[in-house]
Amino acid sequence: MQITDIMAVQARYARCIDTDRLEEWPDFFLPDCQYRITTAENHRLGYAAGLIWADSRGMLQDRVAALREANIYERHSYRHLLGLPLVDGTGPEGTRSETPFIVARIMRDGATDLFATGRYLDLWRADEAGTPKLAERIVVCDSSRIDTLLALPL
Amino acid sequence: MPDHNLPAPVLATPPEAPWPPDQLTRVPYWVFQRPDVAALEQTRVFRGDTWNYLCLEAEIAEPGDYRATTLGGVPILAVRDHDGEIYAFENRCVHRGALIALEDFGKTREFTCVYHAWSYDLQGNLKGVAFKDGINGQGGMPDCFRMSDHSPRKLRTAVVHGLVFASASDTVPPIEEFLGEEILDRIERVLGGRQLEVIGRFTQELPNNWKLYVENVRDSYHASLLHLFFTTFELNKLNMKGGLIVSGSGGNHVSYSAIDREAEAKAKAASSEYAAQNIRSESEYRLKDPSVLEGQDEFGDGVTLQILSVFPGFVLQQIQNAIAVRQVVPRGVDRTDLHWTYLGFKDDTPELRLMRLKQGNLVGPAGYVSMEDGCVGGFVQRGVVGASDRHAVLEMGGSDAKSTRTRATEASVRGFWKAYRGHMGL
Repeated sequence: MQITDIMAVQARYARCIDTDRLEEWPDFFLPDCQYRITTAENHRLGYAAGLIWADSRGMLQDRVAALREANIYERHSYRHLLGLPLVDGTGPEGTRSETPFIVARIMRDGATDLFATGRYLDLWRADEAGTPKLAERIVVCDSSRIDTLLALPL
Repeated sequence: MPDHNLPAPVLATPPEAPWPPDQLTRVPYWVFQRPDVAALEQTRVFRGDTWNYLCLEAEIAEPGDYRATTLGGVPILAVRDHDGEIYAFENRCVHRGALIALEDFGKTREFTCVYHAWSYDLQGNLKGVAFKDGINGQGGMPDCFRMSDHSPRKLRTAVVHGLVFASASDTVPPIEEFLGEEILDRIERVLGGRQLEVIGRFTQELPNNWKLYVENVRDSYHASLLHLFFTTFELNKLNMKGGLIVSGSGGNHVSYSAIDREAEAKAKAASSEYAAQNIRSESEYRLKDPSVLEGQDEFGDGVTLQILSVFPGFVLQQIQNAIAVRQVVPRGVDRTDLHWTYLGFKDDTPELRLMRLKQGNLVGPAGYVSMEDGCVGGFVQRGVVGASDRHAVLEMGGSDAKSTRTRATEASVRGFWKAYRGHMGL
């Protein structure tokens, strides 16, 4: 797996969320996957709980369905800016990478704020077609603070 | 206890609308808007005759362990001394007012202010003043300066089933009395005799006055109306029974729901009948991975939800196996910090711990049944702009603030205002 393969998928991942195509978001993951949103402090201290904690693609699909059909929040969107992935090596379980991000949140009235900064700690495995899929994505936010709520995934 | 003989509070200007005494069904919007109300809350609520949650005992388990926390926004250090006791004092150097400790957690033998190196023992007593006797006989503090005359304000502390509370008041009743027996029992139900373990900490910044959040916590009426997750995925169980406990003071509450075993058996029989005749309507929405709801009845009483609040700003939550404490901290008239601490217990089986992590999805800033609470207070804060002479209407379930068997009531919200008005003298 080349760094450019990972970069290409990351670019699609960011566009998927930022253009409100959330139904496609779980497809970036393998069926048996880990997705968590946590904070640098929790990560450092080894605290296992997450803001979002999923251990299957089904849970990610459920998250999207809940956002669409059940949860109530003011309309908003994100703009993800991803840094270059640092590829941490490839082993039998896949390729590990770490990618910094910043996410701005744009509210329905236009108010734009820096919502989150952090890094993705990823484990990638290629699917049958050779496309990198996420076996694991741990979203480590730098700050322990979340403004108002976290609805859309990071 | 509320002191009704307090002198009339000094608000900078008269309130925009009167608040008839003893009326719990109306809350004027100016209480969420006025800086002078917020200032008065500091002395009469947070520093008044109340017990305020500081931290977990488990977070300061060993002598020398400290936790920098807050009481109503005022910086506080909670410390375990070598005598095994927990002490709490303001995190503020008596010299020039700087923070004494700059880390959220730590272990230390003493505290030394970075500004001029004045030092304190673990109980907050001033023990050292740098260059107290001057240098080469020049300068230094005057002879009449006594370190024992100077210390940060100290708080009384009390530990309840692993929760550390503090009070700035000398006249506050004992914590057991302040909580009331029914509240105490329900804290014990979740935490009693168990070794707590922190499994996560998050802070949610709320765009609203702190009272709008603590009202929301006590508002059992909104739960199935604002939070649609359970309804949408047809996870609501009609065979639930529940109720509401409001403490005598009004300020503390428990809202709970439990599986009604009898009704459950009936429902099962009925549903197999429905299934046999193939007439049951199917919702379009089903969870792809329903394991998130396969919780354990870890307390053996069938109670799947227990939300407990203590006046003014503490919450203990049990939603199935997701257990957390929440500390509500005012950060200005229209800003509030909500500190979540997710909990497990040392004796959790791996399966139960995994369930706590999965059910963490239900709660917190991204929680399926809690994210709305992060924004709804802001909707009120923005909605009442220009309406400080208007009021909220709290008549659901009557006009009192008493325990009831239904959750279609605002009794515990009225209870909060009963306690609040008592403390504030408003």
